[in-house]
Amino acid sequence: MTGLLAQLHYIASVVLVAVGLFVVMDDENLLKKVLGLNVFQTGVFLFFVTVGFRRGGSPPIVTGDGGPYVNPLPQVLVLTAIVVGVSVTAVALALVVRIYREYGTLREDVLREAVADD
Amino acid sequence: MTDLLVALVVLPILASASITFAGWLRERTGWPMAVLALLGQTALAATVTVGVLERGRASHTIGGFVPPYGIEFVADGLSVPFVVLVAGASLAVLAYARETGPHSNPFYALYLLLVAGLTGVCVTGDVFTLYVFLEISGLAAYGLVASASGGDAALAALKYLLVGTVGATFYLLGVGYLYAATGTLNMAALAATLSAESTLTVVAFGCVVLGLAVKMALFPLHVWKPDAYEHAPWAVSVLLAALVSTVAGYALIRLTYGVFTVRFFAANPLVDEVLIAGACVSVLAGGILAFRQQSVSRLFAYSSITQFGLATLGIALGTVPAVVGAAVQLLGHGVMKGGLFAAAGVIETRTRASTVDAYAGRSEDAPFASGALAVIACGLVGIPPTVGFVAKWYLAVGALEADSLFVFGVVLASTFLSLTYFGRLVQRLYVDAPEQTPELERISTGMSGVVIGAAAATVLLGLFGFALASFAQPAVSHLLHP
Repeated sequence: MTGLLAQLHYIASVVLVAVGLFVVMDDENLLKKVLGLNVFQTGVFLFFVTVGFRRGGSPPIVTGDGGPYVNPLPQVLVLTAIVVGVSVTAVALALVVRIYREYGTLREDVLREAVADD
Repeated sequence: MTDLLVALVVLPILASASITFAGWLRERTGWPMAVLALLGQTALAATVTVGVLERGRASHTIGGFVPPYGIEFVADGLSVPFVVLVAGASLAVLAYARETGPHSNPFYALYLLLVAGLTGVCVTGDVFTLYVFLEISGLAAYGLVASASGGDAALAALKYLLVGTVGATFYLLGVGYLYAATGTLNMAALAATLSAESTLTVVAFGCVVLGLAVKMALFPLHVWKPDAYEHAPWAVSVLLAALVSTVAGYALIRLTYGVFTVRFFAANPLVDEVLIAGACVSVLAGGILAFRQQSVSRLFAYSSITQFGLATLGIALGTVPAVVGAAVQLLGHGVMKGGLFAAAGVIETRTRASTVDAYAGRSEDAPFASGALAVIACGLVGIPPTVGFVAKWYLAVGALEADSLFVFGVVLASTFLSLTYFGRLVQRLYVDAPEQTPELERISTGMSGVVIGAAAATVLLGLFGFALASFAQPAVSHLLHP
Protein backbone atom coordinates (compact mmCIF):
# COMPACT_ATOMS: atom_id res chain seq x y z
CA MET A 1 0.00 0.00 0.00
CA THR A 2 2.81 2.44 0.90
CA GLY A 3 4.48 1.43 -2.37
CA LEU A 4 1.34 2.45 -4.22
CA LEU A 5 1.17 5.77 -2.33
CA ALA A 6 4.78 6.53 -3.24
CA GLN A 7 3.83 6.02 -6.88
CA LEU A 8 0.72 8.22 -6.56
CA HIS A 9 2.11 11.04 -8.72
CA TYR A 10 3.02 8.64 -11.49
CA ILE A 11 -0.41 6.99 -11.34
CA ALA A 12 -2.08 10.41 -11.46
CA SER A 13 -0.06 11.40 -14.52
CA VAL A 14 -0.98 8.16 -16.32
CA VAL A 15 -4.67 8.70 -15.49
CA LEU A 16 -4.52 12.29 -16.79
CA VAL A 17 -2.81 11.19 -20.01
CA ALA A 18 -5.37 8.42 -20.57
CA VAL A 19 -8.41 10.62 -19.81
CA GLY A 20 -7.08 13.45 -21.96
CA LEU A 21 -6.33 11.21 -24.93
CA PHE A 22 -9.72 9.53 -24.67
CA VAL A 23 -11.53 12.88 -24.76
CA VAL A 24 -9.44 14.12 -27.70
CA MET A 25 -10.24 11.03 -29.72
CA ASP A 26 -13.76 10.19 -28.65
CA ASP A 27 -15.67 13.42 -27.93
CA GLU A 28 -17.71 14.97 -30.73
CA ASN A 29 -17.52 18.49 -29.32
CA LEU A 30 -14.50 20.40 -30.66
CA LEU A 31 -14.21 22.57 -27.54
CA LYS A 32 -14.06 19.46 -25.36
CA LYS A 33 -11.39 18.06 -27.63
CA VAL A 34 -9.27 21.14 -26.89
CA LEU A 35 -9.91 20.66 -23.17
CA GLY A 36 -8.93 17.00 -23.49
CA LEU A 37 -5.69 18.08 -25.16
CA ASN A 38 -4.96 20.30 -22.15
CA VAL A 39 -5.61 17.47 -19.70
CA PHE A 40 -3.35 15.17 -21.73
CA GLN A 41 -0.53 17.74 -21.69
CA THR A 42 -0.99 18.35 -17.96
CA GLY A 43 -0.48 14.62 -17.38
CA VAL A 44 2.87 14.79 -19.18
CA PHE A 45 3.86 17.91 -17.22
CA LEU A 46 3.06 16.14 -13.94
CA PHE A 47 5.27 13.25 -15.06
CA PHE A 48 8.20 15.63 -15.64
CA VAL A 49 7.85 17.34 -12.25
CA THR A 50 7.56 13.97 -10.51
CA VAL A 51 10.76 12.74 -12.16
CA GLY A 52 12.63 15.70 -10.69
CA PHE A 53 11.07 15.47 -7.21
CA ARG A 54 12.90 13.99 -4.22
CA ARG A 55 11.15 13.07 -1.00
CA GLY A 56 12.55 15.32 1.73
CA GLY A 57 14.44 17.42 -0.81
CA SER A 58 14.65 21.16 -0.32
CA PRO A 59 14.04 23.80 -2.99
CA PRO A 60 17.08 24.02 -5.26
CA ILE A 61 18.48 27.24 -3.78
CA VAL A 62 22.00 26.45 -2.55
CA THR A 63 22.40 27.95 0.94
CA GLY A 64 25.31 25.93 2.30
CA ASP A 65 23.36 23.47 4.48
CA GLY A 66 23.81 20.76 1.87
CA GLY A 67 21.28 18.68 -0.06
CA PRO A 68 19.37 16.79 -1.01
CA TYR A 69 17.74 19.26 -3.40
CA VAL A 70 14.83 18.81 -5.76
CA ASN A 71 16.06 18.76 -9.38
CA PRO A 72 15.14 22.17 -10.87
CA LEU A 73 15.70 21.28 -14.53
CA PRO A 74 12.44 19.34 -15.11
CA GLN A 75 10.54 22.25 -13.57
CA VAL A 76 12.19 24.65 -16.01
CA LEU A 77 11.36 22.31 -18.87
CA VAL A 78 7.73 22.15 -17.76
CA LEU A 79 7.55 25.95 -17.53
CA THR A 80 8.65 26.08 -21.17
CA ALA A 81 6.23 23.32 -22.13
CA ILE A 82 3.37 25.15 -20.35
CA VAL A 83 4.11 28.26 -22.42
CA VAL A 84 4.00 26.14 -25.56
CA GLY A 85 0.74 24.54 -24.36
CA VAL A 86 -0.88 27.93 -23.71
CA SER A 87 0.05 29.11 -27.20
CA VAL A 88 -1.40 25.96 -28.75
CA THR A 89 -4.61 26.38 -26.74
CA ALA A 90 -4.90 30.01 -27.82
CA VAL A 91 -4.58 29.10 -31.50
CA ALA A 92 -7.02 26.20 -31.05
CA LEU A 93 -9.63 28.42 -29.38
CA ALA A 94 -9.26 31.04 -32.12
CA LEU A 95 -9.97 28.32 -34.69
CA VAL A 96 -12.91 27.01 -32.65
CA VAL A 97 -14.44 30.51 -32.59
CA ARG A 98 -13.99 30.82 -36.34
CA ILE A 99 -15.57 27.41 -36.97
CA TYR A 100 -18.54 28.31 -34.76
CA ARG A 101 -19.08 31.61 -36.61
CA GLU A 102 -18.92 29.81 -39.94
CA TYR A 103 -21.12 26.77 -39.22
CA GLY A 104 -23.02 27.64 -36.02
CA THR A 105 -22.09 24.37 -34.34
CA LEU A 106 -19.11 22.74 -32.65
CA ARG A 107 -20.29 19.13 -32.95
CA GLU A 108 -18.07 17.17 -35.26
CA ASP A 109 -20.80 14.87 -36.62
CA VAL A 110 -22.97 17.87 -37.58
CA LEU A 111 -19.92 19.60 -39.10
CA ARG A 112 -19.15 16.56 -41.24
CA GLU A 113 -22.61 16.75 -42.75
CA ALA A 114 -22.35 20.53 -43.25
CA VAL A 115 -19.00 20.14 -45.05
CA ALA A 116 -20.31 17.25 -47.16
CA ASP A 117 -23.26 19.40 -48.29
CA ASP A 118 -20.99 22.19 -49.57
CA MET B 1 31.96 30.79 -37.47
CA THR B 2 29.88 28.60 -35.13
CA ASP B 3 27.89 31.71 -34.14
CA LEU B 4 26.30 31.40 -37.57
CA LEU B 5 24.41 28.32 -36.34
CA VAL B 6 22.57 30.51 -33.84
CA ALA B 7 22.08 33.22 -36.46
CA LEU B 8 20.29 30.64 -38.66
CA VAL B 9 17.49 30.48 -36.08
CA VAL B 10 17.62 34.04 -34.74
CA LEU B 11 17.48 35.80 -38.13
CA PRO B 12 14.04 34.45 -39.18
CA ILE B 13 12.62 34.99 -35.67
CA LEU B 14 13.78 38.64 -35.64
CA ALA B 15 12.50 39.11 -39.19
CA SER B 16 9.15 37.59 -38.17
CA ALA B 17 8.81 40.06 -35.28
CA SER B 18 9.89 43.01 -37.48
CA ILE B 19 7.32 42.12 -40.12
CA THR B 20 4.59 42.11 -37.46
CA PHE B 21 5.63 45.55 -36.19
CA ALA B 22 6.06 46.95 -39.70
CA GLY B 23 2.51 45.81 -40.47
CA TRP B 24 1.15 48.20 -37.84
CA LEU B 25 2.86 51.14 -39.56
CA ARG B 26 2.24 50.16 -43.16
CA GLU B 27 0.33 47.28 -44.69
CA ARG B 28 1.67 44.91 -47.31
CA THR B 29 5.30 45.39 -46.30
CA GLY B 30 5.65 41.71 -45.43
CA TRP B 31 6.66 40.31 -48.79
CA PRO B 32 9.76 42.45 -49.49
CA MET B 33 10.94 42.08 -45.90
CA ALA B 34 10.53 38.30 -46.08
CA VAL B 35 12.51 38.23 -49.34
CA LEU B 36 15.36 40.16 -47.70
CA ALA B 37 15.36 37.95 -44.61
CA LEU B 38 15.30 34.72 -46.58
CA LEU B 39 18.04 35.93 -48.95
CA GLY B 40 20.10 36.45 -45.79
CA GLN B 41 19.04 33.05 -44.49
CA THR B 42 20.07 31.34 -47.75
CA ALA B 43 23.45 33.12 -47.67
CA LEU B 44 23.92 31.99 -44.04
CA ALA B 45 23.01 28.41 -44.93
CA ALA B 46 25.48 28.48 -47.84
CA THR B 47 28.24 29.82 -45.56
CA VAL B 48 27.60 27.09 -43.00
CA THR B 49 27.67 24.48 -45.80
CA VAL B 50 31.06 25.73 -46.99
CA GLY B 51 32.31 25.68 -43.39
CA VAL B 52 31.18 22.07 -42.90
CA LEU B 53 32.74 21.06 -46.23
CA GLU B 54 36.07 22.58 -45.17
CA ARG B 55 36.25 21.77 -41.50
CA GLY B 56 33.68 19.04 -40.90
CA ARG B 57 31.22 19.00 -37.99
CA ALA B 58 30.65 22.37 -36.30
CA SER B 59 29.07 22.87 -32.88
CA HIS B 60 28.19 25.92 -30.82
CA THR B 61 27.55 26.01 -27.07
CA ILE B 62 24.75 28.41 -26.17
CA GLY B 63 25.46 30.96 -23.44
CA GLY B 64 28.68 29.26 -22.30
CA PHE B 65 26.83 26.44 -20.50
CA VAL B 66 28.86 23.43 -21.52
CA PRO B 67 27.06 20.20 -22.54
CA PRO B 68 25.79 17.81 -21.15
CA TYR B 69 24.06 20.56 -19.07
CA GLY B 70 23.88 23.35 -21.63
CA ILE B 71 22.30 23.50 -25.07
CA GLU B 72 24.38 22.75 -28.13
CA PHE B 73 23.76 23.58 -31.80
CA VAL B 74 25.36 21.21 -34.29
CA ALA B 75 25.89 21.23 -38.07
CA ASP B 76 27.26 18.26 -39.98
CA GLY B 77 26.99 16.69 -43.42
CA LEU B 78 23.58 15.25 -42.58
CA SER B 79 21.86 18.34 -41.15
CA VAL B 80 23.32 20.95 -43.51
CA PRO B 81 21.49 19.76 -46.67
CA PHE B 82 18.20 20.08 -44.77
CA VAL B 83 19.07 23.60 -43.57
CA VAL B 84 19.82 24.55 -47.19
CA LEU B 85 16.56 22.96 -48.38
CA VAL B 86 14.53 24.91 -45.79
CA ALA B 87 16.18 28.22 -46.69
CA GLY B 88 16.14 27.68 -50.45
CA ALA B 89 12.62 26.27 -50.73
CA SER B 90 11.07 28.95 -48.52
CA LEU B 91 12.80 31.65 -50.60
CA ALA B 92 11.52 30.07 -53.83
CA VAL B 93 7.95 29.75 -52.51
CA LEU B 94 7.96 33.50 -51.84
CA ALA B 95 8.15 34.02 -55.61
CA TYR B 96 5.01 31.89 -55.83
CA ALA B 97 3.22 33.66 -52.97
CA ARG B 98 3.82 37.09 -54.58
CA GLU B 99 0.93 36.36 -56.94
CA THR B 100 -1.27 33.86 -55.10
CA GLY B 101 -1.09 35.57 -51.70
CA PRO B 102 -2.12 35.88 -48.91
CA HIS B 103 -0.52 39.33 -48.85
CA SER B 104 -0.98 40.40 -45.23
CA ASN B 105 1.96 41.01 -42.90
CA PRO B 106 0.86 38.46 -40.26
CA PHE B 107 1.00 35.78 -42.98
CA TYR B 108 4.66 36.51 -43.71
CA ALA B 109 5.42 36.74 -39.98
CA LEU B 110 4.10 33.19 -39.57
CA TYR B 111 5.96 32.14 -42.70
CA LEU B 112 9.30 33.19 -41.20
CA LEU B 113 8.40 31.65 -37.85
CA LEU B 114 7.91 28.34 -39.67
CA VAL B 115 11.35 28.74 -41.27
CA ALA B 116 12.87 29.46 -37.83
CA GLY B 117 11.25 26.41 -36.25
CA LEU B 118 12.24 24.04 -39.04
CA THR B 119 15.83 25.32 -39.14
CA GLY B 120 15.98 24.97 -35.35
CA VAL B 121 14.94 21.30 -35.57
CA CYS B 122 17.77 20.75 -38.06
CA VAL B 123 20.57 22.40 -36.09
CA THR B 124 19.79 21.59 -32.46
CA GLY B 125 21.78 18.99 -30.58
CA ASP B 126 19.41 18.90 -27.63
CA VAL B 127 16.27 16.76 -27.45
CA PHE B 128 14.15 19.24 -25.48
CA THR B 129 15.06 22.21 -27.68
CA LEU B 130 14.02 20.02 -30.59
CA TYR B 131 10.55 19.74 -28.99
CA VAL B 132 10.30 23.52 -28.68
CA PHE B 133 11.32 24.04 -32.32
CA LEU B 134 8.93 21.29 -33.40
CA GLU B 135 6.09 23.15 -31.68
CA ILE B 136 7.16 26.54 -33.07
CA SER B 137 7.05 25.14 -36.58
CA GLY B 138 3.80 23.32 -35.77
CA LEU B 139 2.06 26.44 -34.47
CA ALA B 140 3.18 28.44 -37.49
CA ALA B 141 1.94 25.68 -39.79
CA TYR B 142 -1.52 25.58 -38.14
CA GLY B 143 -1.80 29.34 -38.57
CA LEU B 144 -0.67 29.19 -42.18
CA VAL B 145 -3.26 26.54 -43.06
CA ALA B 146 -5.96 28.66 -41.41
CA SER B 147 -4.90 31.72 -43.42
CA ALA B 148 -7.14 30.55 -46.27
CA SER B 149 -10.66 31.96 -46.14
CA GLY B 150 -13.66 29.76 -45.39
CA GLY B 151 -14.69 27.40 -42.66
CA ASP B 152 -13.17 24.24 -44.10
CA ALA B 153 -9.66 25.75 -43.83
CA ALA B 154 -10.28 26.48 -40.14
CA LEU B 155 -11.60 22.95 -39.65
CA ALA B 156 -8.57 21.44 -41.41
CA ALA B 157 -6.24 23.61 -39.30
CA LEU B 158 -7.93 22.55 -36.06
CA LYS B 159 -7.70 18.88 -37.04
CA TYR B 160 -4.02 19.40 -37.88
CA LEU B 161 -3.52 21.16 -34.53
CA LEU B 162 -5.18 18.44 -32.46
CA VAL B 163 -3.31 15.58 -34.12
CA GLY B 164 -0.03 17.51 -34.33
CA THR B 165 -0.10 18.55 -30.67
CA VAL B 166 -0.87 15.01 -29.49
CA GLY B 167 2.14 13.88 -31.55
CA ALA B 168 4.44 16.56 -30.17
CA THR B 169 3.30 15.79 -26.62
CA PHE B 170 4.13 12.10 -27.12
CA TYR B 171 7.55 13.24 -28.25
CA LEU B 172 7.81 15.31 -25.06
CA LEU B 173 6.84 12.26 -23.00
CA GLY B 174 9.65 10.34 -24.71
CA VAL B 175 12.05 13.13 -23.79
CA GLY B 176 10.86 12.80 -20.18
CA TYR B 177 11.71 9.09 -20.18
CA LEU B 178 15.12 9.80 -21.71
CA TYR B 179 15.81 12.38 -19.01
CA ALA B 180 14.63 10.03 -16.26
CA ALA B 181 16.96 7.34 -17.63
CA THR B 182 20.10 9.44 -18.00
CA GLY B 183 19.75 12.92 -16.44
CA THR B 184 20.80 14.68 -19.62
CA LEU B 185 19.10 16.12 -22.70
CA ASN B 186 22.17 16.50 -24.91
CA MET B 187 22.05 14.10 -27.87
CA ALA B 188 25.74 13.16 -27.78
CA ALA B 189 25.67 12.61 -24.01
CA LEU B 190 22.46 10.55 -24.32
CA ALA B 191 24.05 8.35 -26.99
CA ALA B 192 27.00 7.70 -24.68
CA THR B 193 25.02 6.93 -21.51
CA LEU B 194 21.70 5.42 -22.63
CA SER B 195 21.34 1.71 -21.82
CA ALA B 196 20.30 -0.18 -24.96
CA GLU B 197 18.59 -3.06 -23.14
CA SER B 198 16.48 -1.13 -20.61
CA THR B 199 12.67 -1.17 -20.96
CA LEU B 200 12.72 2.56 -20.22
CA THR B 201 14.73 3.13 -23.41
CA VAL B 202 12.25 1.06 -25.45
CA VAL B 203 9.32 3.10 -24.12
CA ALA B 204 11.19 6.34 -24.78
CA PHE B 205 11.89 5.21 -28.35
CA GLY B 206 8.25 4.28 -28.83
CA CYS B 207 7.03 7.71 -27.66
CA VAL B 208 9.60 9.60 -29.76
CA VAL B 209 8.86 7.60 -32.92
CA LEU B 210 5.10 7.91 -32.38
CA GLY B 211 5.44 11.69 -32.04
CA LEU B 212 7.59 12.07 -35.15
CA ALA B 213 5.44 9.60 -37.13
CA VAL B 214 2.49 11.96 -36.58
CA LYS B 215 4.53 14.88 -37.92
CA MET B 216 5.73 12.76 -40.87
CA ALA B 217 2.13 11.55 -41.41
CA LEU B 218 2.84 7.82 -41.56
CA PHE B 219 -0.24 5.59 -41.91
CA PRO B 220 -2.48 5.51 -39.80
CA LEU B 221 -1.38 8.83 -38.23
CA HIS B 222 -1.72 10.70 -41.52
CA VAL B 223 -5.32 11.98 -41.10
CA TRP B 224 -4.32 15.65 -40.80
CA LYS B 225 -2.39 15.80 -44.05
CA PRO B 226 -4.90 15.50 -46.92
CA ASP B 227 -7.32 18.04 -45.36
CA ALA B 228 -4.57 20.51 -44.49
CA TYR B 229 -3.00 20.40 -47.96
CA GLU B 230 -6.36 20.55 -49.75
CA HIS B 231 -7.73 23.58 -47.92
CA ALA B 232 -4.57 25.67 -47.34
CA PRO B 233 -3.71 28.49 -49.78
CA TRP B 234 -1.54 27.16 -52.64
CA ALA B 235 1.65 28.84 -51.44
CA VAL B 236 1.19 27.21 -48.02
CA SER B 237 0.52 23.75 -49.49
CA VAL B 238 3.72 24.06 -51.52
CA LEU B 239 5.72 25.15 -48.48
CA LEU B 240 4.32 22.54 -46.08
CA ALA B 241 4.61 19.72 -48.62
CA ALA B 242 8.23 20.62 -49.27
CA LEU B 243 9.40 21.11 -45.71
CA VAL B 244 7.33 20.19 -42.66
CA SER B 245 7.28 16.39 -42.80
CA THR B 246 10.72 16.37 -44.42
CA VAL B 247 12.27 17.99 -41.37
CA ALA B 248 10.40 15.59 -39.05
CA GLY B 249 11.95 12.76 -41.08
CA TYR B 250 15.38 14.29 -40.57
CA ALA B 251 14.67 14.44 -36.82
CA LEU B 252 13.80 10.73 -36.90
CA ILE B 253 17.19 9.89 -38.49
CA ARG B 254 19.02 12.13 -36.04
CA LEU B 255 17.26 10.78 -32.94
CA THR B 256 17.33 7.13 -33.97
CA TYR B 257 21.06 7.06 -34.60
CA GLY B 258 22.30 10.13 -32.72
CA VAL B 259 20.49 9.27 -29.45
CA PHE B 260 19.37 5.63 -29.42
CA THR B 261 22.24 4.47 -31.70
CA VAL B 262 22.61 1.20 -33.65
CA ARG B 263 23.24 -0.67 -30.38
CA PHE B 264 19.56 -0.10 -29.52
CA PHE B 265 18.32 -1.88 -32.66
CA ALA B 266 20.90 -4.66 -32.14
CA ALA B 267 19.61 -5.21 -28.59
CA ASN B 268 15.91 -4.94 -29.54
CA PRO B 269 15.44 -6.57 -32.96
CA LEU B 270 11.67 -6.71 -32.36
CA VAL B 271 11.47 -2.89 -32.19
CA ASP B 272 13.27 -2.70 -35.51
CA GLU B 273 10.89 -5.22 -37.05
CA VAL B 274 7.83 -3.30 -35.83
CA LEU B 275 9.25 -0.10 -37.34
CA ILE B 276 9.91 -1.85 -40.67
CA ALA B 277 6.41 -3.36 -40.66
CA GLY B 278 4.84 0.05 -39.92
CA ALA B 279 6.83 1.66 -42.72
CA CYS B 280 5.79 -1.08 -45.18
CA VAL B 281 2.12 -0.64 -44.26
CA SER B 282 2.53 3.11 -44.81
CA VAL B 283 4.11 2.57 -48.24
CA LEU B 284 1.34 0.25 -49.44
CA ALA B 285 -1.64 1.98 -47.76
CA GLY B 286 -0.52 5.39 -49.06
CA GLY B 287 -0.36 4.03 -52.59
CA ILE B 288 -3.77 2.37 -52.43
CA LEU B 289 -5.42 5.44 -50.86
CA ALA B 290 -3.79 7.74 -53.43
CA PHE B 291 -5.20 5.67 -56.27
CA ARG B 292 -8.75 6.22 -54.99
CA GLN B 293 -8.56 10.03 -54.86
CA GLN B 294 -10.36 12.36 -57.24
CA SER B 295 -8.96 15.59 -55.81
CA VAL B 296 -5.43 16.17 -57.09
CA SER B 297 -4.27 17.77 -53.80
CA ARG B 298 -5.44 14.76 -51.83
CA LEU B 299 -3.80 12.40 -54.31
CA PHE B 300 -0.48 14.19 -53.75
CA ALA B 301 -0.98 14.13 -49.97
CA TYR B 302 -1.57 10.35 -49.96
CA SER B 303 1.43 9.87 -52.24
CA SER B 304 3.48 11.57 -49.50
CA ILE B 305 2.43 8.83 -47.08
CA THR B 306 4.05 6.28 -49.41
CA GLN B 307 7.17 8.40 -49.81
CA PHE B 308 7.66 8.96 -46.06
CA GLY B 309 7.08 5.25 -45.51
CA LEU B 310 10.01 4.63 -47.86
CA ALA B 311 12.21 7.07 -45.93
CA THR B 312 11.25 5.33 -42.66
CA LEU B 313 12.14 1.98 -44.23
CA GLY B 314 15.63 3.31 -44.96
CA ILE B 315 15.97 4.56 -41.39
CA ALA B 316 14.79 1.25 -39.91
CA LEU B 317 17.13 -0.85 -42.09
CA GLY B 318 20.07 0.86 -40.45
CA THR B 319 22.77 0.16 -43.01
CA VAL B 320 24.82 3.13 -44.26
CA PRO B 321 23.43 3.10 -47.84
CA ALA B 322 19.86 2.72 -46.52
CA VAL B 323 20.16 5.73 -44.20
CA VAL B 324 21.86 7.78 -46.92
CA GLY B 325 18.97 6.69 -49.17
CA ALA B 326 16.48 7.86 -46.54
CA ALA B 327 18.17 11.28 -46.38
CA VAL B 328 18.21 11.62 -50.19
CA GLN B 329 14.60 10.38 -50.29
CA LEU B 330 13.55 13.07 -47.77
CA LEU B 331 15.43 15.88 -49.56
CA GLY B 332 14.35 14.78 -53.02
CA HIS B 333 10.75 14.26 -51.98
CA GLY B 334 10.71 17.75 -50.42
CA VAL B 335 11.75 19.34 -53.72
CA MET B 336 9.47 17.13 -55.83
CA LYS B 337 6.31 17.32 -53.72
CA GLY B 338 6.69 21.09 -53.35
CA GLY B 339 7.03 21.24 -57.14
CA LEU B 340 3.95 19.05 -57.69
CA PHE B 341 1.79 21.29 -55.52
CA ALA B 342 3.20 24.35 -57.29
CA ALA B 343 2.31 22.81 -60.67
CA ALA B 344 -1.18 21.85 -59.49
CA GLY B 345 -1.61 25.41 -58.18
CA VAL B 346 -0.70 26.84 -61.57
CA ILE B 347 -3.06 24.45 -63.39
CA GLU B 348 -5.93 25.24 -61.05
CA THR B 349 -5.33 29.00 -61.18
CA ARG B 350 -5.18 28.92 -64.98
CA THR B 351 -7.94 26.46 -65.86
CA ARG B 352 -9.86 25.90 -62.55
CA ALA B 353 -9.22 22.17 -62.87
CA SER B 354 -8.61 20.56 -59.47
CA THR B 355 -9.75 16.95 -59.91
CA VAL B 356 -8.20 14.08 -61.84
CA ASP B 357 -11.11 14.01 -64.31
CA ALA B 358 -11.02 17.77 -64.86
CA TYR B 359 -7.32 17.49 -65.80
CA ALA B 360 -8.33 15.92 -69.14
CA GLY B 361 -6.47 17.67 -71.95
CA ARG B 362 -5.28 20.57 -69.83
CA SER B 363 -1.68 20.20 -71.06
CA GLU B 364 -2.57 22.50 -73.96
CA ASP B 365 -3.77 25.25 -71.63
CA ALA B 366 -0.88 25.04 -69.18
CA PRO B 367 2.00 23.47 -71.14
CA PHE B 368 4.87 24.34 -68.78
CA ALA B 369 3.09 23.31 -65.59
CA SER B 370 1.91 20.06 -67.20
CA GLY B 371 5.41 19.28 -68.44
CA ALA B 372 6.88 20.00 -65.01
CA LEU B 373 4.21 17.87 -63.38
CA ALA B 374 5.03 14.96 -65.69
CA VAL B 375 8.79 15.26 -65.03
CA ILE B 376 8.29 15.40 -61.26
CA ALA B 377 5.82 12.49 -61.38
CA CYS B 378 8.59 10.47 -63.09
CA GLY B 379 10.83 11.51 -60.23
CA LEU B 380 8.41 10.28 -57.57
CA VAL B 381 7.95 6.99 -59.41
CA GLY B 382 11.75 6.64 -59.45
CA ILE B 383 12.63 6.75 -63.16
CA PRO B 384 16.25 7.78 -63.94
CA PRO B 385 17.77 10.35 -64.20
CA THR B 386 15.76 11.90 -61.37
CA VAL B 387 16.52 12.27 -57.67
CA GLY B 388 13.76 9.76 -56.89
CA PHE B 389 15.76 7.12 -58.74
CA VAL B 390 18.93 7.87 -56.72
CA ALA B 391 16.99 7.57 -53.45
CA LYS B 392 15.33 4.29 -54.46
CA TRP B 393 18.70 2.96 -55.68
CA TYR B 394 20.28 3.57 -52.27
CA LEU B 395 17.23 2.15 -50.46
CA ALA B 396 17.28 -0.99 -52.60
CA VAL B 397 21.04 -1.46 -52.10
CA GLY B 398 20.55 -0.87 -48.38
CA ALA B 399 17.78 -3.47 -48.24
CA LEU B 400 19.96 -6.04 -50.02
CA GLU B 401 22.90 -5.22 -47.75
CA ALA B 402 20.63 -5.83 -44.74
CA ASP B 403 19.60 -9.17 -46.33
CA SER B 404 15.98 -8.09 -46.45
CA LEU B 405 14.45 -9.28 -49.72
CA PHE B 406 11.00 -8.41 -48.38
CA VAL B 407 11.90 -4.72 -47.98
CA PHE B 408 13.53 -4.81 -51.42
CA GLY B 409 10.20 -6.07 -52.77
CA VAL B 410 8.25 -3.32 -51.00
CA VAL B 411 10.55 -0.66 -52.52
CA LEU B 412 9.88 -2.13 -55.97
CA ALA B 413 6.13 -2.41 -55.29
CA SER B 414 6.02 1.26 -54.26
CA THR B 415 7.38 2.14 -57.70
CA PHE B 416 4.58 0.27 -59.46
CA LEU B 417 1.93 1.69 -57.14
CA SER B 418 3.18 5.24 -57.80
CA LEU B 419 3.21 4.50 -61.51
CA THR B 420 -0.49 3.57 -61.47
CA TYR B 421 -1.80 6.81 -60.02
CA PHE B 422 0.76 9.21 -61.49
CA GLY B 423 0.43 7.46 -64.84
CA ARG B 424 -3.34 7.98 -64.72
CA LEU B 425 -2.86 11.70 -63.97
CA VAL B 426 -0.31 12.26 -66.75
CA GLN B 427 -2.48 10.30 -69.18
CA ARG B 428 -5.45 12.56 -68.36
CA LEU B 429 -3.29 15.64 -68.94
CA TYR B 430 -1.77 14.58 -72.25
CA VAL B 431 -3.87 11.89 -73.91
CA ASP B 432 -7.53 12.47 -73.02
CA ALA B 433 -9.53 15.07 -74.91
CA PRO B 434 -10.67 18.17 -72.96
CA GLU B 435 -14.38 18.41 -72.19
CA GLN B 436 -14.62 22.16 -72.75
CA THR B 437 -12.18 25.02 -73.04
CA PRO B 438 -12.25 27.17 -69.91
CA GLU B 439 -11.47 30.86 -69.74
CA LEU B 440 -7.74 31.01 -69.11
CA GLU B 441 -6.29 33.11 -66.30
CA ARG B 442 -2.88 34.77 -66.42
CA ILE B 443 -0.01 33.08 -64.56
CA SER B 444 2.78 35.19 -63.09
CA THR B 445 6.43 34.63 -64.02
CA GLY B 446 7.23 33.84 -60.39
CA MET B 447 4.71 30.99 -60.29
CA SER B 448 5.93 29.47 -63.57
CA GLY B 449 9.52 29.95 -62.42
CA VAL B 450 8.98 27.95 -59.22
CA VAL B 451 7.32 25.10 -61.12
CA ILE B 452 10.01 24.90 -63.79
CA GLY B 453 12.74 25.34 -61.17
CA ALA B 454 11.39 22.39 -59.16
CA ALA B 455 11.27 20.19 -62.28
CA ALA B 456 14.83 21.23 -63.17
CA ALA B 457 15.98 20.54 -59.60
CA THR B 458 14.38 17.06 -59.78
CA VAL B 459 16.54 16.21 -62.79
CA LEU B 460 19.68 18.07 -61.65
CA LEU B 461 19.59 16.49 -58.19
CA GLY B 462 19.23 13.17 -59.98
CA LEU B 463 22.26 13.81 -62.22
CA PHE B 464 24.32 14.98 -59.23
CA GLY B 465 22.47 12.78 -56.74
CA PHE B 466 25.45 10.57 -56.06
CA ALA B 467 27.47 13.70 -55.23
CA LEU B 468 24.76 14.76 -52.77
CA ALA B 469 24.81 11.29 -51.26
CA SER B 470 28.59 11.29 -50.91
CA PHE B 471 28.31 14.66 -49.10
CA ALA B 472 26.02 13.08 -46.49
CA GLN B 473 27.73 9.68 -46.44
CA PRO B 474 30.66 10.49 -44.06
CA ALA B 475 28.26 12.08 -41.56
CA VAL B 476 25.90 9.08 -41.76
CA SER B 477 28.80 6.63 -41.37
CA HIS B 478 29.98 8.58 -38.34
CA LEU B 479 26.43 8.61 -36.93
CA LEU B 480 25.97 4.85 -37.37
CA HIS B 481 29.48 3.75 -36.40
CA PRO B 482 31.08 6.43 -34.22
